[in-house]
Amino acid sequence: MSEKQDMIRIEKLNKFFGDLHVLKDIDITVKESDVVVLVGASGSGKSTLLRCLNFLELKNSGTITIEGEQIEPQTHDLNKVRERVGMVFQHFNLFPHKSVLENVIEAPIHVKGINKAQAVKEGKELLDKVGLGDKYDVYPSKLSGGQKQRVAIARSLAMKPDIMLFDEPTSALDPELVGEVLATMKQLAEEGMTMVVVTHEMGFAREVGDWLVYMHEGRIVERGNPGEVFENPKEKRTQEFLKSIL
Amino acid sequence: MCANILRAFTFHKELSSLLAIIDFFKTFFSSSDLFLQGLWLTVQLTAASLIIAFFIGLLFALFKISNIKILDGIADVYIWVVRGTPLIVQIFVLFYGLYEIVELNAFWAGTAGLAFHNGAYIAEIIRGSIQSIDKGQHEAGRSLGMKRGLMMRRIVLPQAFRRAIPSLGNQFIIGLKDSSLVSFIGMQELFGVSNTQGSNNYDFLTYYLIVAIYYLVIVLILTLIVRKVERKLAESD
Repeated sequence: MSEKQDMIRIEKLNKFFGDLHVLKDIDITVKESDVVVLVGASGSGKSTLLRCLNFLELKNSGTITIEGEQIEPQTHDLNKVRERVGMVFQHFNLFPHKSVLENVIEAPIHVKGINKAQAVKEGKELLDKVGLGDKYDVYPSKLSGGQKQRVAIARSLAMKPDIMLFDEPTSALDPELVGEVLATMKQLAEEGMTMVVVTHEMGFAREVGDWLVYMHEGRIVERGNPGEVFENPKEKRTQEFLKSIL
Repeated sequence: MCANILRAFTFHKELSSLLAIIDFFKTFFSSSDLFLQGLWLTVQLTAASLIIAFFIGLLFALFKISNIKILDGIADVYIWVVRGTPLIVQIFVLFYGLYEIVELNAFWAGTAGLAFHNGAYIAEIIRGSIQSIDKGQHEAGRSLGMKRGLMMRRIVLPQAFRRAIPSLGNQFIIGLKDSSLVSFIGMQELFGVSNTQGSNNYDFLTYYLIVAIYYLVIVLILTLIVRKVERKLAESD
């Protein structure tokens, strides 16, 4: 265990929205191939924390270290960091004017500078992998929510990130479509991808998660092995939360 | 007796209006060479000024959303001046004013005036459509490591233009009709031709009616083109 590299290390992270203190002294370390599941009520800061990891939100204080390199927004090219940290959004955010394959190859070609033939080959492989091998030329508006989210996952993976962040990836989906997205994520976890997942899917958290982190009002209240936290949560607020959602 | 006179009178009236209509079309066709020359000039003026106006509009729209105070301020002043003064004044100021600096013929002075004017409205149309693009699109682009310029070019602007097409089409029609004002700096475009012919023949009404028909037809054609483009782009959405 000890030889696994720290992929993400966060120390004393604080974030304010105006006067609102949304993240309070957050400390988390995510090791290689770990799947960390962030849970908590809405407004607990879990999505903000995730967005800080991709620098879509900028911290007010504390340090964020990605793969051993402490990242400061003032001095680092955040676009370079983001190439290594993929993100999947609740509302997919596919590019509606581009076909499924074009969505996937856009960043590899125009950000990484990979030649088109290579990008198309890899893009098709990724789409095959997420089960959308028959949808290359379809536009996003013709897809179901579950299919859209799988395209979004393929689009992120096309940049060959070392870390994947998922921000409530199944919350906008019809219940019958949740399974296909979770299955794709599970497959990814099994392949050893380092993942941080904000979700309300407790079944997924228990089955796939290595760590469960429970947040409440901007603080990490409890963390541990998902099975153990579910079986006997130590903190009263965790107990209440789990009771309310299970 | 009385009825007979009345019948004769109304018959005469109908006949005279029929003759008037025949006369009108005679004039319409006999003047068509002159009007087609004017039409060609109107098309050139409109095309040149709207193409330039589009790029002016795009530039100032980008100024507006640049988050750079000075650029934002420049765009505000430009839009304020254009919206706050009549187009005819702008055309005259450019025609007489630019003449002091560069030797600009009436065509390019008129084109400059129309481009300057339409550019402001097009800037507002493009700015509005850029800002209507969902924030999630920006976030998706950033999360993939895209720089702001690349994201604008590849992700935001293509979507914004699609959304802007109905409003841009509308502005193009307004621009086309407003090109008639350059007749006042001596251009013999469509409206200029109708003015000259009206005064030469002491019959303004006939020539203004004729020119109205020309405008109606080209606006109709432009409307159909815009609709076709809209439908074409809707297919991929």
